[in-house]
Amino acid sequence: MDHQLVGLMETAPKPGGDVPHKKNKLQSKRKKPRRYWEEEETSPTAAGASPGPSRSKKRKQELRPRRPKNTHIQKKSRISKKPQVPRKSGERRNLVPQRTLSGAQDPFPGPAPVPVEAALKFRRIDKSKKLLHSKSKTRSRLEVADAEEEETSVRAARSELLLAEEPGFLEGDDGEDTAKIRQADIVEAVDIASAAKHFDLNLRQFGPYRLNYSRTGRHLAFGGRRGHVAALDWVTKKLMCEINVIEAVRDIRFLHSEALLSVAQNRWLHIYDNQGIELHCIRRCDRITRLEFLPFHFLLATASETGFLTYLDVSVGKIVTALNARAGRLDVMTQNPYNAVIHLGHSNGTVSLWSPAVKEPLAKILCHRGGVRAVAVDSTGTYMATSGLDHQLKIFDLRGMFQPLSARTLPQGAGHLAFSQRGLLAAGMGDVVNIWAGQGKGSPPSLEQPYLTHRLSGHVHGLQFCPFEDVLGVGHNGGITSMLVPGAAEPNFDGLENNPYRSRKQRQEWEVKALLEKVPAELICLDPRALAEVDVVTLEQEKKERIERLGYDPEAKAPFQPKPKQKGRSSTASLVKRKRKVMDKEHRVRTLDKVRQSLEQQQHDQEKKTKPTGTRPSALDRFVR
Amino acid sequence: MKVKMLSRNPDNYVRETKLDIQRVPRNYDPTLHPFEVPREYVRALNATKLERVFAKPFLASLDGHRDGVNCLAKHPKSLATVLSGACDGEVRIWNLTKRKCIRTIQAHEGFVRGICTRFCGTSFFTTGDDKTVKQWKMDGPGYGEEEEPLHTVLGKTVYTGIDHHWKEAVFATCGQQVDIWDEQRTSPICSMTWGFDSISSVKFNPIETFLLGSCASDRNIVLYDMRQATPLKKVILDMRTNTICWNPMEAFIFTAANEDYNLYTFDMRALDTPVMVHMDHVSAVLDVDYSPTGKEFVSASFDKSIRIFPVDKSRSREVYHTKRMQHVICVKWTSDSKYIMCGSDEMNIRLWKANASEKLGVLTSREKAAKDYNQKLKEKFQHHPQIKRISRHRHLPKSIYSQIQEQRIMKEARRRKEVNRRKHSKPGSVPIVSEKKKHIVAVVK
Repeated sequence: MDHQLVGLMETAPKPGGDVPHKKNKLQSKRKKPRRYWEEEETSPTAAGASPGPSRSKKRKQELRPRRPKNTHIQKKSRISKKPQVPRKSGERRNLVPQRTLSGAQDPFPGPAPVPVEAALKFRRIDKSKKLLHSKSKTRSRLEVADAEEEETSVRAARSELLLAEEPGFLEGDDGEDTAKIRQADIVEAVDIASAAKHFDLNLRQFGPYRLNYSRTGRHLAFGGRRGHVAALDWVTKKLMCEINVIEAVRDIRFLHSEALLSVAQNRWLHIYDNQGIELHCIRRCDRITRLEFLPFHFLLATASETGFLTYLDVSVGKIVTALNARAGRLDVMTQNPYNAVIHLGHSNGTVSLWSPAVKEPLAKILCHRGGVRAVAVDSTGTYMATSGLDHQLKIFDLRGMFQPLSARTLPQGAGHLAFSQRGLLAAGMGDVVNIWAGQGKGSPPSLEQPYLTHRLSGHVHGLQFCPFEDVLGVGHNGGITSMLVPGAAEPNFDGLENNPYRSRKQRQEWEVKALLEKVPAELICLDPRALAEVDVVTLEQEKKERIERLGYDPEAKAPFQPKPKQKGRSSTASLVKRKRKVMDKEHRVRTLDKVRQSLEQQQHDQEKKTKPTGTRPSALDRFVR
Repeated sequence: MKVKMLSRNPDNYVRETKLDIQRVPRNYDPTLHPFEVPREYVRALNATKLERVFAKPFLASLDGHRDGVNCLAKHPKSLATVLSGACDGEVRIWNLTKRKCIRTIQAHEGFVRGICTRFCGTSFFTTGDDKTVKQWKMDGPGYGEEEEPLHTVLGKTVYTGIDHHWKEAVFATCGQQVDIWDEQRTSPICSMTWGFDSISSVKFNPIETFLLGSCASDRNIVLYDMRQATPLKKVILDMRTNTICWNPMEAFIFTAANEDYNLYTFDMRALDTPVMVHMDHVSAVLDVDYSPTGKEFVSASFDKSIRIFPVDKSRSREVYHTKRMQHVICVKWTSDSKYIMCGSDEMNIRLWKANASEKLGVLTSREKAAKDYNQKLKEKFQHHPQIKRISRHRHLPKSIYSQIQEQRIMKEARRRKEVNRRKHSKPGSVPIVSEKKKHIVAVVK
């Protein structure tokens, strides 16, 4: 019926339609006066086709407020069930266009549908975790919070429409392998501004380079083995400082802004400002091999030759903790940007996860036979890529049990790994850089076919994708190379977090804000959202203590007391009977639960017995009793 | 080969001239905003700390009375006007914006026991120890005229309290009995008694305007219906109730300020268990007044402090005290729900903010947004131990602090004794009586 209605309403009023049929004349007299733009209720052509009685029915339907049955369901859950597709005729049936006073129709009635994936990205409450034994008041409050959260996630998803930039991409013609496309071809094909992002710094003198981009992606710092340290605004190619520290430089890293630079030198850790003036020499951190900066905690994590992982709080200049990894020399380190956990790679093939709050590693993952050469974690904290001396490159899932997802043997083995913001994985193998891409953002890179490859003039010594630019910086024996990798970076930055175009004033403002909300080091743990969850363990402990203190459970349900009924109806016998009935019912429920539990336990045990671990299932298993 | 590189036009991201505001593109993608929860937690912690830093509730002290302030009344039409009656029979009218006394009347001989304004705000009534009820004009006498009451009613006994009907020209006094008066007559329309005891206060219900509540010194709270001319029902508590106050939003809820240091919020329909027992004072509670929102009330106590309680919480959210403030006799929450006034023994009326850290004056929209955001954060993380500790912390005078400790020990001892007694007697012979039921003796209808 609705379908017909739509068809009816969409026929434009015909000029000749105003002249009523003789048949309808009587009826038309009774009709209310209507405006010329208002549609005729039954156009004669349609009326001729349709039989009489159904017409009146149609009229009734037109008169009632035009809200189809399905719309209110749609309003309740704002997320459309299907991923958004161009409007189909089937969908249209639900959305009968509403007419306004002027007669104009809204062709897209109701709130705009939001694709599921977009809204899911913004969901924060994990619905699978249910709070057991919660009071109804708590439950209703949680429900309200959940509804609010859904609403905000839908709104946030809808606001994605306002994002200005689209991510880059590189596609071959049919059958063309993108890995065969050379940098020169890409440079030729792209616009001048992008082409200028590809450059080589030929610095053969000062040996293999380490490099680091600032968090805004605007500045680049690099340090050579033979003491050459420089920082520049690489977009405008404006040099900020260039010094030689006359000492081996092991690693270099920007602190929270581009104004401060930490350099791991042969003996000690030094901090320079953007003029190249030495501000601090931290002697408590000696023989540092790798540096990592945790921007939200203002912690500089250093891994040393002596096997210590030291956290330095750069906002107050104090060492927070020094952890002994007890695994010899540390020279493979990376941070998980999702939860600020430090991943250390060891020579026995394990990767250990560290937090400054705990003396022992949070987890140890056996990744390789032989030592681990490089570790990288992607920006969502979901995937970890490792490469080892066994020439393997593996990708692990960091959620749950740290399962390996995929592995690939590389002819040379990768010495350096880096993830881009959109999940591209770059590996430096000798003087070759390979880049693998996944299906999209948030999916692991597939290791079968490289997305891009590039050969450099020297061995790779440092790799980093530039944030918010489609650029991969490679430090090698011959200097620095800035490669173009279309589709590597997040196209839309958030102006209040990392703004590549920020002015000095904005940077200062941001710095104050960031310092005010410096996250304490003790809060680093595997799940950063744990702070927002209900602490069930403590709650139950407190409840137990309270019961012990009071001598009774104040929240216990009072035993059933039958209410006295009408006169003469509540004899003692009947009261006892009623009481008995309730008690029996409760008892039954309890025993049923017990039986069910024991049955489940039995089943579980049997399954364990029948399936000896390590053997493959056989066709003869079905005869096992 | 098809290729597209990310290439931003700086003109879209940088302001054109220095006169423009900076462009701030936003992207709410959660991966660009990591550590959302820990950062919000830190923000909430900072907001809580700042709230304590800015908690400066004391605004002004109105001095001028020559004896202890015994009663206060709000002006129903003007936020800036307050009336107060003192123990030497003097009534003063104050202007709060100027913080000055604008009129002084020697109304009675002896105490001014009660003061109330007429709902239209043109006149007010006082009763005193000289057994009179007097009606005064709100405006002062003209030039050359003498300060004289509009009407004077001479009674037989002392009236200890007075309250005016919220809509009609009727008022009620209490003393040995509750009297309902017509404004035009010199004898009461009706008198209601239940037992023989002095009644200390009487209050009209602001919503169901025919209802009255009174509390007497024989430990009971009596409810009346003006239309029936007989009392409705009464509840007898362990100790004497000093005053009651009706909730201005919920017709059947009232709160009683009791001598046993507690306040009891009752539902009029079920008097046998109070809805909530509010405990925190360490001495007799002398007065109570609801905020106009009906969500909170303020109580004045003999322990030289005033406390603010949420209606549904048994513990106070705020305590106000100063070194100079003595026993607080009367307290009022102003009609804009922003301020609290209290009159105390040492002849001063003090003006406080109802929300200790609130910024007064007009807020810019950004200030307002920041305030709302911080409020929400504090609410979200309120149960975290660190935040709870900071937000609950209050400095107390030593006398109150040590008394709280002492009473905690006493309460613990009593509880321990009860537990032991229960342990060593026949199961069920020592019943568990909840704190709410403990203090109710009986309900009589």
